[in-house]
Amino acid sequence: MSQATTAAPGAAARGRAGRGRKVNTFPLLAPSVAALLVWMIVPLVLTLWYSLQRYNLLYPERRGFVGLQNYVYILSDSTLQTAILNTIVLTGAVLLLSVVFGTLLAVLLNQEFWGQNLARVLVIAPFFVMPPVAALIWKTMMMNPIQGVIAWVTQSLGLGAISWFQNWPMLSIIIIVAWQWIPFATLILLTAMQSLDHEQMEAARMDGAGAISRFRYVVIPHLSRPITIVIMMETIFLLSVFAEILVTTSGGPGHATTTLTYLIYIRALLSFNIGGASAAGVIAIVLANIVAVFLMRIVAGTLERR
Amino acid sequence: MATLTLNGVRKKYERFDAIKGVDLAVTDREFVVFVGPSGCGKSTLLRMIAGLEEITGGDLLIDGVRANDIPPDRRGLAMVFQSYALYPHMTVAENMGFALRMAGVAKAEIATKVGEAARILQLEKLLDRRPGKLSGGQRQRVAIGRAIVRNPKAFLFDEPLSNLDAALRVQMRIELARLHQELNATMIYVTHDQVEAMTMADRIVVLNAGKLEQVGSPLELYHNPANIFVAGFIGAPKMNLVDAKVAAASAGETRLDLGDGGGVVLPGAEAGLAPGSPVVLGLRPETLSFAATGPFRGIVRVIEHLGGESLYYLERAGGDTMVVKTGEAVFARLGESVSLTVRTERASLFTADGKAIGLRRDNPARAVA
Ligand SMILES: Nc1ncnc2c1ncn2[C@@H]1O[C@H](COP(=O)(O)OP(=O)(O)OP(=O)(O)O)[C@@H](O)[C@H]1O
Ligand SMILES: [Mg+2]
Repeated sequence: MSQATTAAPGAAARGRAGRGRKVNTFPLLAPSVAALLVWMIVPLVLTLWYSLQRYNLLYPERRGFVGLQNYVYILSDSTLQTAILNTIVLTGAVLLLSVVFGTLLAVLLNQEFWGQNLARVLVIAPFFVMPPVAALIWKTMMMNPIQGVIAWVTQSLGLGAISWFQNWPMLSIIIIVAWQWIPFATLILLTAMQSLDHEQMEAARMDGAGAISRFRYVVIPHLSRPITIVIMMETIFLLSVFAEILVTTSGGPGHATTTLTYLIYIRALLSFNIGGASAAGVIAIVLANIVAVFLMRIVAGTLERR
Repeated sequence: MATLTLNGVRKKYERFDAIKGVDLAVTDREFVVFVGPSGCGKSTLLRMIAGLEEITGGDLLIDGVRANDIPPDRRGLAMVFQSYALYPHMTVAENMGFALRMAGVAKAEIATKVGEAARILQLEKLLDRRPGKLSGGQRQRVAIGRAIVRNPKAFLFDEPLSNLDAALRVQMRIELARLHQELNATMIYVTHDQVEAMTMADRIVVLNAGKLEQVGSPLELYHNPANIFVAGFIGAPKMNLVDAKVAAASAGETRLDLGDGGGVVLPGAEAGLAPGSPVVLGLRPETLSFAATGPFRGIVRVIEHLGGESLYYLERAGGDTMVVKTGEAVFARLGESVSLTVRTERASLFTADGKAIGLRRDNPARAVA
């Protein structure tokens, strides 16, 4: 969203500068501006409009302008706080896991070993599995307390089975989502590893840096920029995680795994409350933009340090 | 302060012999240059000395101790890489002090040593900058500084000047020579540029396809190349190589038949040279000069005026090209047919398969070297 709003003035400024060359840039800009309008502005304005309406599909006749009532209702709803907290926990945990494991896997896969290419493909494969499918695989094949692989392992070790989605709902979701996003981090960081000048590593070796020091003083600084990219990209997608929750816990038990996105879904499609859902959506947009501002700061910071 | 000894050192990659047995003794404080065409194994040999590449045969001795299995950081050698390989996220000072920091040296001592190296290399004002904000020459000096700070037994350089422009290269060449004096250190320097080799080396090692072709002082290699490869590689423009046959060999002189009616008489003789045997005559461009009559005839095809001297490229009857370098004001014109004489005492002679034939006589190279 913040991209849309910054792109438009940028384009306008370029148009003005272009006047010196006597080129009419409007016909060239118009399609993209129009597309932006249709894809971004119209839905945004509609959402804003609906959020100020009483609009429930179950009672279509009771429609009308209600001002900020939808917002007041949602912000005073304790579910919203839970949802925001859950969103932060889920996003934060998955980011942490994917950066840590992504870095380790990237460093490992960058080594030369037999079957390297196959290993790379296998590690990256989960990224290409659609979220609902991934969630189903985990729900039925891995985490199921009766016929799941994990239960089978823990039981054969005499530890008994865990009912994952009952007892550890958030952890389960985190595991599933991390499984999907670690490959993305690995992919980005692996390509970054391949661009690491190997003479730099050799210089560090001659300077007496052991494997851990080389990781700490050469690899990590080299990866700092791609890591910020990973964090930014993943945040955008993690804020809107939905299918994994729908397929496994449906936001429960209680509201234990209800994120902002899922709350909007509950409001809009389960209670048919378009007005309330729109208000929740606007709040989500505001929160996402706050996050985006911070992320941009961080990225700009790491870019400047070079 | 170090001597390096290579005894039959070999490098075998999976199905490729990169280094095919090299014997070499580098004495203390010597400046040795490895030179050779691209892919001949210069870098591989240097990296084996550094410990970055495993030695698959033979022994490497550092100060008389076998070092094949000593890890790179404990060999006491410092390397300057072609790409400089500076750590981009560290300042110049941090880059230069990294090795000491890894060795656990106290901060104050690191600062002193880095300051000292920075003074030698005139980097004092740049100590807080990152490598990304330095010019190529400055980066090069930081890379050298990183080596100096460690106070190594020997410095290893892998084409350190090849990323610099011509003017800077000349300047850095002089600076490196000065450093060698100042630091009193053993240095091994890899280059494919024979001018760098000639100007800096105490001794040049000419490598070709993983083998040593010749080892010697620059002038020794210039005047007495051991074979046609070295003759062609050292010196620019290249030595002229002319096919000939031995016409007569008597005591004191050797007569050559050039095949086109011309003939040359070289002072000195070699017992093994039977009349009729094919040989290759090697003539440095500056030993040739224009004359009214002479053994070589050709048509001037290209003239290059370099200011102090001029190069004339002649085409001989058989299609061979000969280069003449002369400082005199000659006014041969393009397309003109000219004759050349040669200072025969400076000529080299090779067998048909490329080995030098030493004619017994007084050698000017000895007098110079
Ligand atoms: N890892 C490797 N596996 C197989 N062959 C290799 C390997 N590394 C280098 N070689 C080969 O070894 C030979 C010597 O390489 P080296 O890098 O030492 O050449 P060089 O003399 O430094 O050339 P240049 O002047 O181009 O740097 C080359 O033919 C190269 O193809
Ligand atoms: Mg090389």
